[in-house]
Amino acid sequence: MPKPSPVPNELSKPFWDACNQRRLIMQTCTKCDRMQYPPEKTCDACGSDENLEWREVSGRGRIHGYCVMYDSRLKLLQAEQPFNIAVIELEENPEIKFFSHLPGTPPDEVPIEANVQVEFQETATGQLVHEWRVVS
Amino acid sequence: MSPTSNAPASVYRDKEGLGVWEHRGKVAAVGIGQAPIDRRWDEKLETSLGAYSIIAVQQALDDAGISRDDIDGVVTTPDGMGDLWAPRPYFAPPYDSEDGLSGVTADWLVRNMRLKNVKFTSHGPRCIANAMCVGIQAVGDGQANTVVVLRATGNMPGRYHQTTSNFFPGPGQWTNPWGWQLISQIAFGFAQYCRKYNTNHDRMAPFVVNQRRNGLMVPEGYYAQHRPEVLTVEEYLAARWICKPMNLFDCDLPIHTAGAFLMTTSERARDMKQKPVYILNHCTQRGKIRSSCETLEETEEFADSIARKVYEGSGLTPSELDIFNPYDGFTLFFQYYLEAMQWHGVKRGEAHDFYAGDISVEGPHPLSSSGGNNGNGRTRWWGYRDCIQQLRGQAGKRQVNVKAETGLAGAFTTGHSDWVVFGTSPD
Repeated sequence: MPKPSPVPNELSKPFWDACNQRRLIMQTCTKCDRMQYPPEKTCDACGSDENLEWREVSGRGRIHGYCVMYDSRLKLLQAEQPFNIAVIELEENPEIKFFSHLPGTPPDEVPIEANVQVEFQETATGQLVHEWRVVS
Repeated sequence: MSPTSNAPASVYRDKEGLGVWEHRGKVAAVGIGQAPIDRRWDEKLETSLGAYSIIAVQQALDDAGISRDDIDGVVTTPDGMGDLWAPRPYFAPPYDSEDGLSGVTADWLVRNMRLKNVKFTSHGPRCIANAMCVGIQAVGDGQANTVVVLRATGNMPGRYHQTTSNFFPGPGQWTNPWGWQLISQIAFGFAQYCRKYNTNHDRMAPFVVNQRRNGLMVPEGYYAQHRPEVLTVEEYLAARWICKPMNLFDCDLPIHTAGAFLMTTSERARDMKQKPVYILNHCTQRGKIRSSCETLEETEEFADSIARKVYEGSGLTPSELDIFNPYDGFTLFFQYYLEAMQWHGVKRGEAHDFYAGDISVEGPHPLSSSGGNNGNGRTRWWGYRDCIQQLRGQAGKRQVNVKAETGLAGAFTTGHSDWVVFGTSPD
């Protein structure tokens, strides 16, 4: 389904550039061994910006929960209603949460706790964004 | 006086461990005012948010039995919650900008109500619950003696909050590509709640029906004035989904109106027209989430923190809290407050069982006696009005039969909210 486009800034550009290369990377504080998403200027745990780097992750996750949108404020998405909005937790760190329309999964037939794999979809500007598909 | 800015962070009691509020019982609510209510603005200047604000403030003054010259402090929530009037053309002054049309600043009110003795102005952004804390603390700190707290909240012609942009910088870059907004956050959280506690959306019906019933007993409310029909369980259950498991009747109705509250020192309050309702505490929650959405665990942690701050700062215990009016603008988050505050002994996961009992204003557990924003329209101030009226004994048909010596109101979400505790006694 069509998606609005993120507009990268200095902080987020590495992430979105990686998406355009079909890679999922996480901002990680190497001192704390802690991922954070969305990225921030400093590590939320130690407060430092000196040990932040981007690390590629597996692209595997699990469905944490979901809701089904019937009346979105976003005009671009209204034609696709109803659609799933699932919350995905990253395999490497389940505290990290992503959103997904779960392509291939009918609305309201979401298998909670099922495994998912990242894929990438093009948005209005051509920017790729991360999506997730249920895997058996 | 320079243009008003937002209150500094130091105003807000957002930490646990601060102890009893230093001004407990030294500030009092003495006046309430409510402008007419419309579903949407009819584009006439006499019904603008600015005009309605002046009406609301004058009502609050009349309620307190004082004059506009007694006001020496003004706090508003300058943004009006609805959409902007622009790009439509503005009007002649004082309606030559958004100020007075889609929101009302403190400066606009001072200027256009000719409040000549005002020496303190401030803004509490986003929610009147925020502005209430700012105004109350200002009186406590001696920055002003008598403060009016105002919010005007509008609904422009056309559909509310439609987003036509397809490009999102800032925080929206992480959410809007998937259509994740506040509605989905609340619906997702409620779905998680239902899974965790083995309950379901249908069990919300008694609460939502009761909110409308209570709202119909608020003569100033939107439904009492414009749609005086009860909501039935069947209607609730048959309503269309907005974001499943949230349906139409879980959402408060956007309306166009203004509300005002007067706060003063307890000494001055004794000479005013109404029985003073004392402020026992105000507190604030600004939760930080770990990742892109608020998990149920975070929601419950935030709610617990609010409860601890409410009780710590007021010196009350759950069994001493009589009137209970947390925000219900999405009904699906009300249970977090009820369970965290343990009002009438409700523990985690028990809210829906509690809703199935007698929660009417006539009964032993008069839950949300205001009817809330679900029962009156979206303003976020109905709980404050109800607490003050209940503690005065002026709640009319809604007056509870149980003790009404303390009360709690606040808004809006568990992650971002502000709260006030009221009492009939300053001690």
